[in-house]
Amino acid sequence: MRAACIAFLLWASLASADEVISGYEFLTPETQALQDDDFANPGMLWVEEGGSLFAQQCADCHTQGSNGNLEGVAARYPAFDQDAQTLLNIEGRINRCREIHLQAEPLAYESKALLALSAYVANLSKGHAIDVDIDGAAQRYFTEGRDYFFRRKGQFNLACSQCHDDHWGRMLRGDRISQGHPNAFPGYRLEWQAMGSLHRRFQDCDAGIRAQPLALGSRRYRSLELYLAWRARGLIIEVPGVRR
Amino acid sequence: MRLLVATLLIAGCAVEYLVVGDGMPAPLTKDAVLAESGRDVFVDREQGHCVLCHALENLDVPFQGNVGPDLSDVGLRLTPAQIRLRIVDASVVNPRTVMPPYYRTTDLHQVAESHVGETVLSARQIEALVVFLSLQRKKA
Ligand code: HEC
Ligand code: HEC
Ligand code: HEC
Repeated sequence: MRAACIAFLLWASLASADEVISGYEFLTPETQALQDDDFANPGMLWVEEGGSLFAQQCADCHTQGSNGNLEGVAARYPAFDQDAQTLLNIEGRINRCREIHLQAEPLAYESKALLALSAYVANLSKGHAIDVDIDGAAQRYFTEGRDYFFRRKGQFNLACSQCHDDHWGRMLRGDRISQGHPNAFPGYRLEWQAMGSLHRRFQDCDAGIRAQPLALGSRRYRSLELYLAWRARGLIIEVPGVRR
Repeated sequence: MRLLVATLLIAGCAVEYLVVGDGMPAPLTKDAVLAESGRDVFVDREQGHCVLCHALENLDVPFQGNVGPDLSDVGLRLTPAQIRLRIVDASVVNPRTVMPPYYRTTDLHQVAESHVGETVLSARQIEALVVFLSLQRKKA
């Protein structure tokens, strides 16, 4: 039994270590073209808006300043923050800077300003490979996120893994199921007709299996984000991605 | 033959269903149902929406899924009892199934507040599906 179990785990890890494929590859050529062209990509509106907010609020410290520019930084997030003593994603990191460096109120999750700033900062890492730290203090978040990914939930009793590990490539009605990677987000979804965060995408997938969605920015969604980033390690950031 | 009794908790009251082998012979309701309404349950987003994962050749509906097997010949392969059990709770037959349990309210986690304590489909809807699917007998 034990041996069979270990053999299965080994097989499972080999199977999932297979090939990491971006959601981009599962899109129609039309949607791919929309993402590829900066002038047509509707997400670029948020990036540009974020750029001007950044110039007003952040550039004093972050362009050429002692804290360097933020190129490539988003590829290392979510990350455990010693001062905050918690796992921060890019949205949380931006709000942290607002609080401690700008003495300003945190921006609400999914507000236009936070989406714009996080899209701008993540866009500075476009083309960088995802590479997060899951050791040390980050480890328990990683474990929590992994558990969430493999746990069956909702009235449909499904786990994220059952669609995005076990059945990617298959058709769910008109949608081809991808591997469920985070590299396009914040991204523009045609269904939303707007830019949205990765956590909003999580809420949609949870609601799809009739599970009670968790709060945007909640600890468990941040942990899930860390697990997904690790699972997608090496994948190139595409923000702003365009998705169906 | 292996005989086991599965207890399903439905809307707060315990009802015992007899699972015989890999089937569930007794109908969930004695109400008369029509294959026609089974087709609607199979297709409608607000009802079973089985086309999310299954395809039927004789069904004029775009974008039928393929996470589950094509059911065009399911009436030849499975008895009504077997079809019923797979819809009620496919995990009884395959614990790792990705098919949702359509008539089960226990041992679920984080169910959306709007659906707590409810089955996905009603007894009538499931019986309509059983009739409809039993008529799918296309030879390969
Ligand atoms: C019933 C199957 C199903 C389940 C269960 C499911 N998803 Fe999805 N998910 C989809 C479909 C369909 C899409 C849209 C097409 C695609 O990109 O896969 C999607 C998209 C995504 C995306 C966006 C990928 C991209 O490149 O745009 C992410 C991230 C994601 N899911 C994560 C999750 C997480 C985390 C869970 C568990 C909380 C989950 N999904 C559960 C079906 C599912
Ligand atoms: C007064 C200076 C200051 C301002 C203004 C400021 N930051 Fe920061 N930022 C820092 C410092 C210092 C750090 C390093 C971590 C720390 O000590 O908080 C940092 C870290 C970051 C990081 C993480 C960098 C890394 O390598 O992990 C991001 C992302 C970031 N800031 C974004 C922003 C954004 C977006 C704004 C504008 C809303 C902003 N910051 C405003 C000083 C500032
Ligand atoms: C999320 C995908 C999914 C959905 C939705 C779904 N099924 Fe299934 N179904 C499957 C899979 C996968 C199988 C194959 C057996 C297994 O893996 O447990 C299956 C098997 C079956 C079988 C047995 C077929 C055979 O040849 O053994 C029947 C009958 C069936 N499903 C009917 C339905 C009906 C009716 C609905 C809608 C109320 C439905 N399914 C919804 C995925 C799904």
